[in-house]
Order: sequence, then structure tokens, then C-alpha cells
Amino acid sequence: MIIAQQKPIQEIAEMIKDCRKVLLVGCAGCVTVCLSGGEKETEILASELRIMRKLQDNPLETVTFVCTRQCDPEYITPLDNLVEDVDAIVSLACGVGVQYVAERFPTKWVLPAQNTNFIGGSIEHGIWEERCGLCGNCILHLTGGICPIIRCSKSILNGPCGGSQYGKCEVSKDTPCAWQLIYDRMQSLGKLDKLLEIQPPKDWSTARHGGPRRAVREDVIIG
Amino acid sequence: MSTESKLQALLDRGEFVVTAEIGPPKHSSPEGIKHHAEMMKDYVDATNITDCQTAIVRMSSIAAGIHVMHSGIEPIIQMTCRDRNRIAMQSDLLGAYSLGVRNVLCLSGDHQKFGNHPTAKNVYDIDSMQLINMVRQMRDDKVFLCGEEIKQAEPRFFIGAVANPFADPFEFRVVRLEKKINAGAQFIQTQCIFDMERFERFMEKVRERGLHERVHILAGVTPLKSWRAAKYMQTSVSGMIVPDEIVERLKKAEDPKKEGVEICIEQIKHIRNIPGVHGVHIMAIAWEEIVPEIVQRAGLHPRPKVQ
Repeated sequence: MIIAQQKPIQEIAEMIKDCRKVLLVGCAGCVTVCLSGGEKETEILASELRIMRKLQDNPLETVTFVCTRQCDPEYITPLDNLVEDVDAIVSLACGVGVQYVAERFPTKWVLPAQNTNFIGGSIEHGIWEERCGLCGNCILHLTGGICPIIRCSKSILNGPCGGSQYGKCEVSKDTPCAWQLIYDRMQSLGKLDKLLEIQPPKDWSTARHGGPRRAVREDVIIG
Repeated sequence: MSTESKLQALLDRGEFVVTAEIGPPKHSSPEGIKHHAEMMKDYVDATNITDCQTAIVRMSSIAAGIHVMHSGIEPIIQMTCRDRNRIAMQSDLLGAYSLGVRNVLCLSGDHQKFGNHPTAKNVYDIDSMQLINMVRQMRDDKVFLCGEEIKQAEPRFFIGAVANPFADPFEFRVVRLEKKINAGAQFIQTQCIFDMERFERFMEKVRERGLHERVHILAGVTPLKSWRAAKYMQTSVSGMIVPDEIVERLKKAEDPKKEGVEICIEQIKHIRNIPGVHGVHIMAIAWEEIVPEIVQRAGLHPRPKVQ
């Protein structure tokens, strides 16, 4: 899922400082699961902003709504009835949701409440880690199910580099070396010989380097 | 801010300058670029050395620029943001200056999709605007991008940038030019001009904002060899406008190459009279040997000397 974290409240307050009424829109997708932009977080953010503004003697009116998903046009349509008299819309979705809302309401000032961080999963309650680099050309079959594109700080395809020590990455003692993990895994699978093959330079055109991407499934297109 | 650039000295004393372009080779021999430089040296004030243009691997612009310099022409090193991050760029700027390079042209660079390594990663760590500002900071504030002081021998480049009056949104192109000037650009080279009417409108807006008094604008021209080349630029090169009249004129010509040169000379003579244009930049793509004839016949020879 997409992992996002809320921006500092001061930053959000600054963005809407000239507004009298704002619509805060949460999302019931990924950001609900990672506890940053669901119903609960949307309500908390709205009341925090109201309290801040009340203390400044400049009251703020808020309206809240949570879309089933902000990355699907049909789930944004319920906002049509709520946006008319608001000065801004604050989206608690990932960057995709913010843009879908902005596209739906061309005359409205649409603002992000979150920083969209990465694609990953939870490790334990309250801790999430990155797992996929969205390169568009998966190589996990070559690396024992561990992605060096995103989990190695240098995205090395023939690692580990000389900075790997005690199982950790040179970038941080808290970061496991992906290539140590790959090595351990391949060894336990009896497939170390695979790591002797020189992996050629990757085709990055399927990643963001090839330009903005688009996926088409002709078999499910209606009409 | 003055530098040791001869190009700057000429522009600052009000000369109408002539620059040209030399494309480095796809091999490691300098003979071709030396030959082009020797041929052009009495006809241009400086030459741009392209940086893997159209994302095709070529000899580095800095190395090729040194060969050109040793052949008697002041190089303008092009530096794109496509292949290097801020660390490599600052390192190369120090290196280029240490070898005697005094002009740098900052640009984004063509996407690698159009080159011979379309599967490469691109870098674009900083953009052209940020690069201009970085080169200026290194010179005027004597600091690296991170803010750390350059304790001695800061690189003092004459800073160039590009502008494309034929890209969209048209009105914003002049605003963006102003942004580049604010970032530190001292001279501007434009995309090749074929649509003169649009360029004149662009210059009108430049003058409205007084930008021609803050920056030296060199108008880009390209001699075309055939109507097919014109058609190709018209249909397949983004950010380019080639009017049908030019395609037709080349199509009807008995000797299209000669006609291409005629058109280019007419354009230069016209451009010379547009207020606010301070020079011409001749991009004779894979046709470097034609530059002396164009300069001569456009009435721009001999070139002024720098003391």
C-alpha cells in the first residue's frame, strides 16, 4: 500500500491561513490503513485546525468527508455538494487523491495535508517499511524475493557494495543491507550460483525515467 | 558581474556577436573538432560545445571544449541536468574552469528517450534554473550549493542559458526568461528561429519587460540543407516551428543547400535589426564548414578583436 504521513500541523495551518471555511477530505484506502488520512485522522485534523484558529481569534469553519477512494473519479463525486462555499479543499489522501480532487474542481484551491512517502507495508503496529521501487520491471525472481532497487541505498544489481558491514547499510545502522539479506536467502535456498551471474544494466524506461506512465487493459475498457 | 570571458567583453562593449556550435564526435579522436575550430576561428567569437545532444553519447563537452580552445576559439561549455547530479556538476565546473573554460551554458537537456540509450536513468537532480543559480552562487557568493565556502579560486563563469520562443505557453516563455535572468543568466541563446513573426512578438514582450537591458540575447539560426530536413524539423522535433513557406522554398530550389544558406543569411540580416538582439548563434547541425560563408555573406566578417 501507499504509506503517507501527515504534514506538520503548522504547515497545513499556514496553507489555509487566508481561508474562512475549508473542506477536509479523507480517504478510506491506503491512508486509512496506515493511520494517517482516514475518518479518525480527518476529524482530528479538522478539530486541531479549528482550535488553533480559535486561539488566534480567527475562527475557521470546517466540513469533513471521507471518500471510499480518492484515486477513483466516481468516489469523488459526492464532494460536488460540499465544495461550493469553501475557500479551499484539504485532501488527506496520497498525492494521487489530491490530484484527482484538483482535477474534479478546477476552480478550487486544493491542498495536500500529507507527504506521500513510499510503497510498503507494516512491520509492526506503527512501523512501516518501503518494499517496492515501482521500477515497472520486477526482478524479485533473481534476488530471492528481496528488492535491491529500493532496499539497497545505491540500487545496486550486483551487490553488496563495500559499505555493507555487520548486515547493515553504510547509510544507516538502522537499515539492513539488502544484499546481505539477498545473500543469506540465496544461500539458504542453495542458489548462490545465481549471484555469480552478472546482472546487466537495467532498462529504466519502464520506471519513472521513461516519462509519466500509463497502464492500459483493453479487455476491461467499457465502450 | 564581470569575468575573463572574451565573449562577455565583446557583448559588454556593445558588439553584435557571432557564436556557432560544434558537436563533439562519437569517438575519442579530437581531429574533427580541431578541424572545425580552425576553420571557424576567424569567423566566430565563441563556439558552443554541446553536451551529448539529443542524449547520444559523445565526447564530453568539457574535453571537446579544451581541444577547441587549443585550436584558437573560446568555448562555451554546454552543461545539461540530465546526466549528472549536483555533486558531479560542481566538480565538472571546477575542472572546466581550471582548464581555462570561461563560459557555460546551462540547460535541461533532451530526454534520454530520444537518444541511443533510451533505457538509461535520468538524473535531473537540479533543473536548469537551479543550475544557473548554482553557477552564479559559486562565482558571486563563493559557496557551493550546500552553502559551504569555496575557500580559494572560485570558478568565475560568464553564465548562459537558453530560451525557446516557439514552445508553449508562449506568454510564459518571457516570464521564464526573466526568471533565468534573476537566477543569474547573463546571455541567452534561443532555439533556431524559422518563424520570424513569432520571434519578433517574443522580442516585443522581452522589451516590454526591459529584459534586453539585463541580458544579452543571441538569436539562434540554422541553415537547412533540404526541404526534407525542414519537414523533419517541422513535424518531428518538439519545440520547433517551421513555416510552410520555408519548406516550399527549399522544395522549389534548384540547389537546396544554396537556398538554405540564402535563407539563413536573410534571417541574420533581419535579426540584426530587431531591437534588443545582441548577436546571432549559428547552429549548422553536422554542417560546421558552412559557418564561415554564412558569417562572411551576412556582413559579419571580420570579427572584432578583444584586447
